[in-house]
Amino acid sequence: MSSASRFTSILKLIEGPQTLGKGPKFWSGFSVVLLAACAYPAFADSYDVGNNVYFFNWLFMAMGLSLIWGYGGALSFGQTAFFGVAGYAYGVLTINLGDAYGLTLLSLVLAVGLSALFAAILGYFLFFGRISGVFLGIVTLSVTLVLERFMAQTAGPEWAIGKARLNGFNGMGAMPSLTIPWPGGNIVLYPDVTLYYVTLALLLVCYLGLRILVNSRFGNVIVAIRENPMRAEMLGYDVRKYQLATFVIGSALAGLSGVLYTSWGNYITPASMGMTAASLPIVWVAVGGRTDLTTTIIGTLAVLMVFQSLTIYGSQYALIVMGTLLVITVLIAPRGIVIALISPFMRRKSKLEGER
Amino acid sequence: MAILETRQLNKHFGGLHVTGNVDFALQPGEMHCLIGPNGAGKSTFFKLILGEHLPDSGAILYDGEEITRAKPFERIRKGISVKFQVPGIFKELSVQQNLTIALQHHVAPEILQEEIDRLLAFLKLSQDRKQLAGNLSHGQKQWLEIGMAVALKPRLLLLDEPTAGMTPDETFATGEMLQELNREGMTLLAVEHDMAFVRQIAHQVTVLHFGKIFAQGTIDEITADERVAAIYLGEVDA
Ligand SMILES: Nc1ncnc2c1ncn2[C@@H]1O[C@H](COP(=O)(O)OP(=O)(O)O)[C@@H](O)[C@H]1O
Ligand SMILES: [Mg+2]
Repeated sequence: MSSASRFTSILKLIEGPQTLGKGPKFWSGFSVVLLAACAYPAFADSYDVGNNVYFFNWLFMAMGLSLIWGYGGALSFGQTAFFGVAGYAYGVLTINLGDAYGLTLLSLVLAVGLSALFAAILGYFLFFGRISGVFLGIVTLSVTLVLERFMAQTAGPEWAIGKARLNGFNGMGAMPSLTIPWPGGNIVLYPDVTLYYVTLALLLVCYLGLRILVNSRFGNVIVAIRENPMRAEMLGYDVRKYQLATFVIGSALAGLSGVLYTSWGNYITPASMGMTAASLPIVWVAVGGRTDLTTTIIGTLAVLMVFQSLTIYGSQYALIVMGTLLVITVLIAPRGIVIALISPFMRRKSKLEGER
Repeated sequence: MAILETRQLNKHFGGLHVTGNVDFALQPGEMHCLIGPNGAGKSTFFKLILGEHLPDSGAILYDGEEITRAKPFERIRKGISVKFQVPGIFKELSVQQNLTIALQHHVAPEILQEEIDRLLAFLKLSQDRKQLAGNLSHGQKQWLEIGMAVALKPRLLLLDEPTAGMTPDETFATGEMLQELNREGMTLLAVEHDMAFVRQIAHQVTVLHFGKIFAQGTIDEITADERVAAIYLGEVDA
């Protein structure tokens, strides 16, 4: 196959059996939403635009969980562990290396790489030790809680890596924001319109890239493992390798969220790896519909916005609402509310396809 | 040389001796049926061959090579394939998707669709390609799983109760399908209860009872054996 035709055959995977949206209708809707997202800064205060990048920051972690849990069938309760590892790593690296010469971008890559390495080591023991189901959830949750406890007791001055003080439960701050080297002056990505576009572009790349991944041969195998791991193995697949690869990719996306969040707010605390933080991603992706990337994003954005507006009245109420939302989802629409809302339409459509 | 051989194979579950000193050999090109009352250890014997369970003692050889402790996927890659007793199809995926997953790692992408169409026709599932596998009838599910097992182009195909839940017509069609595969050179080992079906396909029959090989021979020899009738057919009557 020529490289051009290989490229087009990869591009075709942007639609496929593992993603719901397809055809001109979906992609025109998608374009409208994307255009609206691009136009939004023109109609809003740049301070608000920068603030709202907050919502984008979490979507990488949500997509990662959709991949691991929704597609791969392994409930990881530990997305926040990789978020925290990468967030802290970014802080330590940038405080020591500074923000010149694109070193913050190098730090981003290293921090995400570190969270991926951590996921690879943890995942190796989990999947090659054949830990699955509830136990996978318990172990991953324990890991994030242990990291939270550990970081919370690093208040003393002896807890420093180079120039970077870890600061215990007060959290680590004052790390530089991501900075893009540019002729005629570095572009510092403060929470502002530029950061908004950079994050949006990153989101678009990850979303489309993941669509291709889940519709590829690799994606076929991971959903097969979700459906029946023994059957998948008895078709000749080394299930453990596929589970590990999925876990590393999904966890690295949580790491990316961690770096973006830390750079955005110049701040990260141990609480970002705590019990509450660890359970929220589960709610986001369960509510939207974890088995599809698009419904995961819609659900996550919706839940985050509701959560944010409720927090104004006190975060304890917001958490109760989140818990209730999860219970309602599990009872009424176990596949996710967004999926439940669109499925009558999907069924009609697939029937029409059958008649053709 | 035997394509599959077990030597003094043993397996316990707690105090239950489910596989007892089984010496078994299967010749290439053979179509062999394994029969025996419920709980005789037939499925367990399959799971030992496949590596889903590891034996307590004894050896398993495939094509003369020891595979006793090999991982299941490694055995599959050597040329063994299986249809489980309980269909293990991917219920939430379409029929076409199920076959794609079985075919994709040894069929070139350019001819994948062609190969899927061929298999769908062979399984008489062309009309249902977009259907979720979980929505198929029981017989169709069995066929789909046979199709997935066959898709690997194995040299040795294990079938655990391939016709369970099928109508007599479907059972007969399944027999013809298996005979066609056998003519193309595939070695088959099937667990089966339906004696008409065993008569239709089997060259050789092995009777398993309490985990041990109780009798072996042609279908006529086995049905003429009164001891077999006592344990096997007796149980069916009861
Ligand atoms: N994983 C297991 N753990 C404990 N006992 C088992 C297990 N699998 C099968 N058995 C027992 O072993 C015996 C043989 O089972 P099986 O091989 O399924 O028989 P068959 O397929 O001939 O009906 C039965 O008594 C069954 O209850
Ligand atoms: Mg059985």
